[in-house]
Amino acid sequence: MTHDSLMIAGKTYHSRLLVGTGKYKDFSETKAAVEASGAEIITIAIRRSNIGQNPNEPNLLEILPPAKYTLLPNTAGCYSADDAVRTLRLARELLDGHSLVKLEVLGDPQSLYPNVVETISAAKTLVSEGFQVMVYTSDDPIVAKQLEDLGCVAIMPLASLIGSGMGILNPWNLQLIMERVRVPVLVDAGVGTASDAAIAMELGCHGVLMNTAIAAAKNPVLMASAMKLAVEAGRAAYLAGRMPKKLYSAIPSSPTGGLIN
Amino acid sequence: MRILPQPDNELIVISVLINGSTQYFEHPLSIADLIQKMELGGKRIALERNGEIVPRSQFNQQQIAHGDKLEIVVAVGGG
Repeated sequence: MTHDSLMIAGKTYHSRLLVGTGKYKDFSETKAAVEASGAEIITIAIRRSNIGQNPNEPNLLEILPPAKYTLLPNTAGCYSADDAVRTLRLARELLDGHSLVKLEVLGDPQSLYPNVVETISAAKTLVSEGFQVMVYTSDDPIVAKQLEDLGCVAIMPLASLIGSGMGILNPWNLQLIMERVRVPVLVDAGVGTASDAAIAMELGCHGVLMNTAIAAAKNPVLMASAMKLAVEAGRAAYLAGRMPKKLYSAIPSSPTGGLIN
Repeated sequence: MRILPQPDNELIVISVLINGSTQYFEHPLSIADLIQKMELGGKRIALERNGEIVPRSQFNQQQIAHGDKLEIVVAVGGG
Protein backbone atom coordinates (compact mmCIF):
# COMPACT_ATOMS: atom_id res chain seq x y z
CA MET A 1 0.00 0.00 0.00
CA THR A 2 2.97 2.34 0.35
CA HIS A 3 2.94 3.24 -3.36
CA ASP A 4 -0.80 3.64 -3.57
CA SER A 5 -1.15 7.37 -3.58
CA LEU A 6 -3.76 9.77 -4.88
CA MET A 7 -2.59 12.18 -7.56
CA ILE A 8 -4.59 15.36 -8.13
CA ALA A 9 -3.37 18.04 -10.53
CA GLY A 10 0.15 16.64 -10.40
CA LYS A 11 0.44 16.55 -6.62
CA THR A 12 0.60 13.33 -4.63
CA TYR A 13 -1.44 12.70 -1.51
CA HIS A 14 -1.26 9.75 0.85
CA SER A 15 -4.73 10.16 2.33
CA ARG A 16 -7.80 9.51 0.20
CA LEU A 17 -10.09 11.12 2.75
CA LEU A 18 -10.80 14.82 2.27
CA VAL A 19 -12.67 16.62 5.02
CA GLY A 20 -14.62 19.81 5.48
CA THR A 21 -14.25 22.20 8.39
CA GLY A 22 -17.85 23.36 8.87
CA LYS A 23 -20.42 22.62 11.61
CA TYR A 24 -17.95 21.94 14.45
CA LYS A 25 -18.69 23.36 17.87
CA ASP A 26 -15.38 25.24 18.01
CA PHE A 27 -11.97 25.43 16.38
CA SER A 28 -10.39 23.01 18.84
CA GLU A 29 -12.91 20.33 17.82
CA THR A 30 -12.28 21.18 14.15
CA LYS A 31 -8.56 20.74 14.64
CA ALA A 32 -8.88 17.47 16.59
CA ALA A 33 -11.26 15.98 14.02
CA VAL A 34 -9.11 17.02 11.06
CA GLU A 35 -6.04 15.51 12.74
CA ALA A 36 -7.87 12.26 13.55
CA SER A 37 -9.08 11.97 9.95
CA GLY A 38 -5.53 12.03 8.60
CA ALA A 39 -6.79 14.21 5.74
CA GLU A 40 -4.30 16.30 3.80
CA ILE A 41 -6.84 18.23 1.73
CA ILE A 42 -9.21 20.34 3.80
CA THR A 43 -12.12 22.37 2.46
CA ILE A 44 -12.79 25.87 3.68
CA ALA A 45 -15.44 28.47 2.85
CA ILE A 46 -15.00 32.15 1.99
CA ARG A 47 -17.25 34.59 3.83
CA ARG A 48 -17.52 38.28 4.61
CA SER A 49 -15.24 39.34 7.44
CA ASN A 50 -16.60 40.87 10.61
CA ILE A 51 -15.71 44.51 10.38
CA GLY A 52 -14.39 45.61 13.74
CA GLN A 53 -16.96 43.82 15.93
CA ASN A 54 -14.64 41.06 17.05
CA PRO A 55 -11.02 41.99 16.37
CA ASN A 56 -9.54 39.18 18.45
CA GLU A 57 -11.65 36.42 16.97
CA PRO A 58 -9.39 33.48 16.04
CA ASN A 59 -8.89 32.76 12.36
CA LEU A 60 -9.41 29.30 10.88
CA LEU A 61 -6.10 29.56 9.04
CA GLU A 62 -4.26 29.86 12.36
CA ILE A 63 -5.78 26.53 13.40
CA LEU A 64 -5.21 24.85 10.02
CA PRO A 65 -2.12 26.49 8.56
CA PRO A 66 -1.79 26.47 4.75
CA ALA A 67 1.81 25.28 5.18
CA LYS A 68 0.57 22.03 6.75
CA TYR A 69 -2.60 21.30 4.74
CA THR A 70 -3.72 21.68 1.16
CA LEU A 71 -6.61 24.07 1.63
CA LEU A 72 -9.45 23.66 -0.80
CA PRO A 73 -11.62 26.78 -0.89
CA ASN A 74 -15.19 26.01 -1.88
CA THR A 75 -18.08 27.94 -3.36
CA ALA A 76 -20.72 26.68 -0.96
CA GLY A 77 -23.74 28.95 -0.96
CA CYS A 78 -23.25 30.03 -4.58
CA TYR A 79 -26.23 29.61 -6.89
CA SER A 80 -24.75 31.13 -10.05
CA ALA A 81 -21.58 30.71 -12.06
CA ASP A 82 -20.74 34.39 -11.54
CA ASP A 83 -20.91 34.15 -7.74
CA ALA A 84 -18.81 30.98 -7.72
CA VAL A 85 -16.11 32.49 -9.95
CA ARG A 86 -16.04 35.68 -7.88
CA THR A 87 -15.72 33.69 -4.65
CA LEU A 88 -12.80 31.66 -5.96
CA ARG A 89 -10.96 34.71 -7.29
CA LEU A 90 -11.15 36.11 -3.75
CA ALA A 91 -10.02 32.74 -2.38
CA ARG A 92 -6.99 32.73 -4.67
CA GLU A 93 -6.01 36.18 -3.44
CA LEU A 94 -6.63 35.15 0.17
CA LEU A 95 -4.41 32.07 -0.20
CA ASP A 96 -1.55 33.81 -2.04
CA GLY A 97 -2.24 32.51 -5.52
CA HIS A 98 -3.27 28.97 -4.55
CA SER A 99 -5.20 27.59 -7.52
CA LEU A 100 -6.67 24.23 -6.40
CA VAL A 101 -10.35 24.85 -5.66
CA LYS A 102 -13.64 23.07 -5.10
CA LEU A 103 -16.36 24.34 -7.40
CA GLU A 104 -19.95 23.78 -6.40
CA VAL A 105 -22.88 25.68 -7.82
CA LEU A 106 -26.11 24.78 -6.10
CA GLY A 107 -29.56 24.53 -7.57
CA ASP A 108 -31.84 25.25 -4.64
CA PRO A 109 -31.45 25.85 -0.91
CA GLN A 110 -33.65 22.93 0.18
CA SER A 111 -31.85 20.11 -1.61
CA LEU A 112 -28.47 21.77 -2.29
CA TYR A 113 -28.55 19.70 -5.47
CA PRO A 114 -25.94 20.91 -7.98
CA ASN A 115 -26.97 23.14 -10.87
CA VAL A 116 -24.90 21.48 -13.57
CA VAL A 117 -25.56 24.15 -16.22
CA GLU A 118 -24.09 26.88 -14.00
CA THR A 119 -21.38 24.48 -12.81
CA ILE A 120 -20.18 23.83 -16.36
CA SER A 121 -20.24 27.55 -17.13
CA ALA A 122 -18.20 28.39 -14.01
CA ALA A 123 -15.77 25.53 -14.66
CA LYS A 124 -15.01 26.87 -18.15
CA THR A 125 -14.21 30.33 -16.80
CA LEU A 126 -12.12 29.01 -13.91
CA VAL A 127 -10.08 26.65 -16.09
CA SER A 128 -9.41 29.51 -18.53
CA GLU A 129 -8.14 31.61 -15.59
CA GLY A 130 -5.69 28.91 -14.51
CA PHE A 131 -7.62 27.40 -11.61
CA GLN A 132 -7.31 23.68 -10.91
CA VAL A 133 -10.93 22.76 -10.46
CA MET A 134 -12.21 19.87 -8.39
CA VAL A 135 -15.87 19.90 -9.23
CA TYR A 136 -18.90 18.86 -7.20
CA THR A 137 -21.60 17.59 -9.51
CA SER A 138 -24.55 15.27 -9.87
CA ASP A 139 -23.93 11.58 -10.58
CA ASP A 140 -24.71 12.09 -14.28
CA PRO A 141 -21.96 10.31 -16.24
CA ILE A 142 -22.35 12.52 -19.32
CA VAL A 143 -21.99 15.72 -17.31
CA ALA A 144 -19.02 14.20 -15.46
CA LYS A 145 -17.29 13.50 -18.79
CA GLN A 146 -18.02 17.02 -20.05
CA LEU A 147 -16.49 18.48 -16.88
CA GLU A 148 -13.38 16.37 -17.40
CA ASP A 149 -13.16 17.36 -21.07
CA LEU A 150 -13.24 21.05 -20.26
CA GLY A 151 -10.30 20.64 -17.92
CA CYS A 152 -11.45 19.84 -14.37
CA VAL A 153 -8.78 17.99 -12.36
CA ALA A 154 -11.18 15.84 -10.31
CA ILE A 155 -14.84 14.92 -10.65
CA MET A 156 -16.76 14.78 -7.39
CA PRO A 157 -20.25 13.34 -7.77
CA LEU A 158 -22.69 13.25 -4.90
CA ALA A 159 -23.52 9.89 -3.33
CA SER A 160 -26.71 11.46 -1.97
CA LEU A 161 -27.69 15.01 -1.01
CA ILE A 162 -25.33 17.24 0.98
CA GLY A 163 -25.80 16.72 4.70
CA SER A 164 -28.33 13.90 4.21
CA GLY A 165 -26.17 11.01 5.44
CA MET A 166 -28.18 8.75 3.10
CA GLY A 167 -25.10 6.95 1.80
CA ILE A 168 -24.50 5.77 -1.75
CA LEU A 169 -27.90 5.70 -3.44
CA ASN A 170 -26.76 4.96 -6.97
CA PRO A 171 -23.55 2.93 -7.10
CA TRP A 172 -24.25 2.10 -10.76
CA ASN A 173 -23.99 5.73 -11.82
CA LEU A 174 -20.72 6.10 -9.92
CA GLN A 175 -19.43 3.11 -11.88
CA LEU A 176 -20.56 4.66 -15.16
CA ILE A 177 -18.67 7.82 -14.24
CA MET A 178 -15.51 5.91 -13.31
CA GLU A 179 -15.60 4.02 -16.59
CA ARG A 180 -15.72 7.25 -18.56
CA VAL A 181 -13.50 9.62 -16.63
CA ARG A 182 -9.68 9.46 -16.39
CA VAL A 183 -9.13 12.10 -13.71
CA PRO A 184 -9.77 11.10 -10.07
CA VAL A 185 -13.40 10.54 -9.07
CA LEU A 186 -14.20 11.37 -5.47
CA VAL A 187 -17.53 10.89 -3.76
CA ASP A 188 -18.52 14.25 -2.32
CA ALA A 189 -21.63 14.49 -0.17
CA GLY A 190 -24.04 11.97 1.27
CA VAL A 191 -21.74 9.73 3.29
CA GLY A 192 -23.36 9.01 6.66
CA THR A 193 -21.16 6.51 8.39
CA ALA A 194 -17.96 4.51 7.96
CA SER A 195 -19.49 1.72 5.85
CA ASP A 196 -20.67 4.29 3.26
CA ALA A 197 -17.10 5.53 2.86
CA ALA A 198 -15.81 1.96 2.60
CA ILE A 199 -18.39 1.12 -0.08
CA ALA A 200 -17.41 4.20 -2.10
CA MET A 201 -13.78 3.10 -2.01
CA GLU A 202 -14.64 -0.55 -2.79
CA LEU A 203 -16.46 0.67 -5.90
CA GLY A 204 -13.14 2.13 -7.05
CA CYS A 205 -13.61 5.78 -6.20
CA HIS A 206 -10.28 7.52 -5.76
CA GLY A 207 -11.32 9.29 -2.60
CA VAL A 208 -14.14 10.56 -0.43
CA LEU A 209 -14.89 14.09 0.70
CA MET A 210 -17.11 14.57 3.72
CA ASN A 211 -18.01 17.08 6.39
CA THR A 212 -21.34 16.47 8.11
CA ALA A 213 -20.79 12.74 8.65
CA ILE A 214 -17.92 13.64 10.96
CA ALA A 215 -19.05 16.99 12.36
CA ALA A 216 -22.60 15.83 13.18
CA ALA A 217 -21.53 12.57 14.85
CA LYS A 218 -21.99 12.45 18.62
CA ASN A 219 -18.24 12.06 18.90
CA PRO A 220 -16.77 13.79 15.84
CA VAL A 221 -13.14 12.98 16.62
CA LEU A 222 -13.89 9.27 16.99
CA MET A 223 -15.94 9.32 13.77
CA ALA A 224 -13.05 11.05 11.99
CA SER A 225 -10.75 8.17 12.91
CA ALA A 226 -13.45 5.66 11.88
CA MET A 227 -13.67 7.35 8.48
CA LYS A 228 -9.90 7.22 8.08
CA LEU A 229 -9.95 3.46 8.71
CA ALA A 230 -13.00 2.95 6.46
CA VAL A 231 -11.40 4.74 3.52
CA GLU A 232 -8.18 2.77 3.98
CA ALA A 233 -10.05 -0.52 4.34
CA GLY A 234 -12.29 0.17 1.34
CA ARG A 235 -9.31 1.09 -0.81
CA ALA A 236 -7.38 -2.03 0.23
CA ALA A 237 -10.43 -4.20 -0.51
CA TYR A 238 -10.77 -2.59 -3.95
CA LEU A 239 -7.10 -3.23 -4.74
CA ALA A 240 -7.31 -6.77 -3.36
CA GLY A 241 -10.24 -7.54 -5.66
CA ARG A 242 -13.26 -9.01 -3.98
CA MET A 243 -14.50 -12.56 -4.52
CA PRO A 244 -17.48 -12.86 -6.84
CA LYS A 245 -20.92 -12.90 -5.28
CA LYS A 246 -22.88 -16.12 -5.78
CA LEU A 247 -25.90 -17.60 -4.13
CA TYR A 248 -23.95 -20.64 -2.92
CA SER A 249 -20.64 -22.27 -3.81
CA ALA A 250 -20.83 -25.91 -2.70
CA ILE A 251 -17.08 -25.60 -2.00
CA PRO A 252 -16.55 -25.52 1.78
CA SER A 253 -13.64 -23.59 3.23
CA SER A 254 -12.47 -26.63 5.19
CA PRO A 255 -10.99 -29.79 3.62
CA THR A 256 -13.57 -32.26 2.36
CA GLY A 257 -11.31 -35.24 3.13
CA GLY A 258 -10.17 -36.61 6.49
CA LEU A 259 -13.55 -36.40 8.10
CA ILE A 260 -14.12 -38.76 11.03
CA ASN A 261 -16.98 -41.18 10.45
CA MET B 1 -29.92 81.49 6.35
CA ARG B 2 -27.70 78.63 5.35
CA ILE B 3 -23.94 78.87 5.64
CA LEU B 4 -22.25 77.15 2.75
CA PRO B 5 -19.01 75.37 3.57
CA GLN B 6 -15.92 77.11 2.28
CA PRO B 7 -13.61 75.05 0.07
CA ASP B 8 -10.70 75.29 2.58
CA ASN B 9 -12.64 73.97 5.58
CA GLU B 10 -15.07 71.74 3.84
CA LEU B 11 -15.85 68.58 5.79
CA ILE B 12 -15.24 65.75 3.41
CA VAL B 13 -17.54 62.83 3.99
CA ILE B 14 -16.86 59.66 2.09
CA SER B 15 -19.48 56.99 2.17
CA VAL B 16 -18.45 53.45 1.32
CA LEU B 17 -20.45 50.23 1.25
CA ILE B 18 -18.40 47.61 3.09
CA ASN B 19 -19.73 44.05 3.23
CA GLY B 20 -23.22 45.37 2.62
CA SER B 21 -23.20 48.06 5.30
CA THR B 22 -22.58 51.77 4.72
CA GLN B 23 -19.60 53.31 6.51
CA TYR B 24 -18.68 57.01 6.64
CA PHE B 25 -15.21 58.54 6.74
CA GLU B 26 -14.37 62.21 7.24
CA HIS B 27 -11.05 62.17 5.43
CA PRO B 28 -9.67 60.55 2.33
CA LEU B 29 -8.01 57.26 3.14
CA SER B 30 -6.19 54.41 1.48
CA ILE B 31 -7.31 50.79 1.60
CA ALA B 32 -4.46 50.14 4.05
CA ASP B 33 -5.83 52.91 6.34
CA LEU B 34 -9.30 51.45 6.09
CA ILE B 35 -8.06 48.00 7.06
CA GLN B 36 -6.39 49.46 10.16
CA LYS B 37 -9.59 51.31 11.08
CA MET B 38 -11.58 48.09 10.70
CA GLU B 39 -9.10 46.36 13.05
CA LEU B 40 -8.24 43.89 10.30
CA GLY B 41 -4.54 44.78 10.20
CA GLY B 42 -2.32 41.69 10.01
CA LYS B 43 -5.30 39.40 9.36
CA ARG B 44 -5.49 37.16 6.35
CA ILE B 45 -8.16 38.79 4.20
CA ALA B 46 -8.95 39.33 0.56
CA LEU B 47 -10.57 42.49 -0.73
CA GLU B 48 -12.70 43.27 -3.72
CA ARG B 49 -13.36 46.85 -4.77
CA ASN B 50 -16.27 47.49 -7.14
CA GLY B 51 -16.11 43.89 -8.30
CA GLU B 52 -12.33 43.77 -8.88
CA ILE B 53 -9.80 42.06 -6.62
CA VAL B 54 -7.29 44.47 -5.10
CA PRO B 55 -3.97 42.68 -4.49
CA ARG B 56 -2.54 43.21 -1.01
CA SER B 57 0.49 44.85 -2.57
CA GLN B 58 -1.75 47.73 -3.72
CA PHE B 59 -3.47 48.44 -0.38
CA ASN B 60 -1.14 51.38 0.34
CA GLN B 61 -1.51 53.00 -3.07
CA GLN B 62 -5.24 52.72 -3.68
CA GLN B 63 -7.39 55.49 -2.22
CA ILE B 64 -10.97 54.82 -1.21
CA ALA B 65 -13.43 56.87 -3.27
CA HIS B 66 -16.91 58.05 -2.32
CA GLY B 67 -19.46 55.44 -3.40
CA ASP B 68 -17.01 52.54 -3.49
CA LYS B 69 -18.39 49.09 -2.87
CA LEU B 70 -16.00 46.83 -0.97
CA GLU B 71 -16.14 43.19 -0.02
CA ILE B 72 -13.67 41.95 2.60
CA VAL B 73 -13.55 38.19 3.09
CA VAL B 74 -11.85 35.63 5.31
CA ALA B 75 -11.60 31.85 5.40
CA VAL B 76 -14.18 30.12 7.59
CA GLY B 77 -15.13 26.51 8.26
CA GLY B 78 -17.01 24.86 5.42
CA GLY B 79 -17.52 21.56 3.63
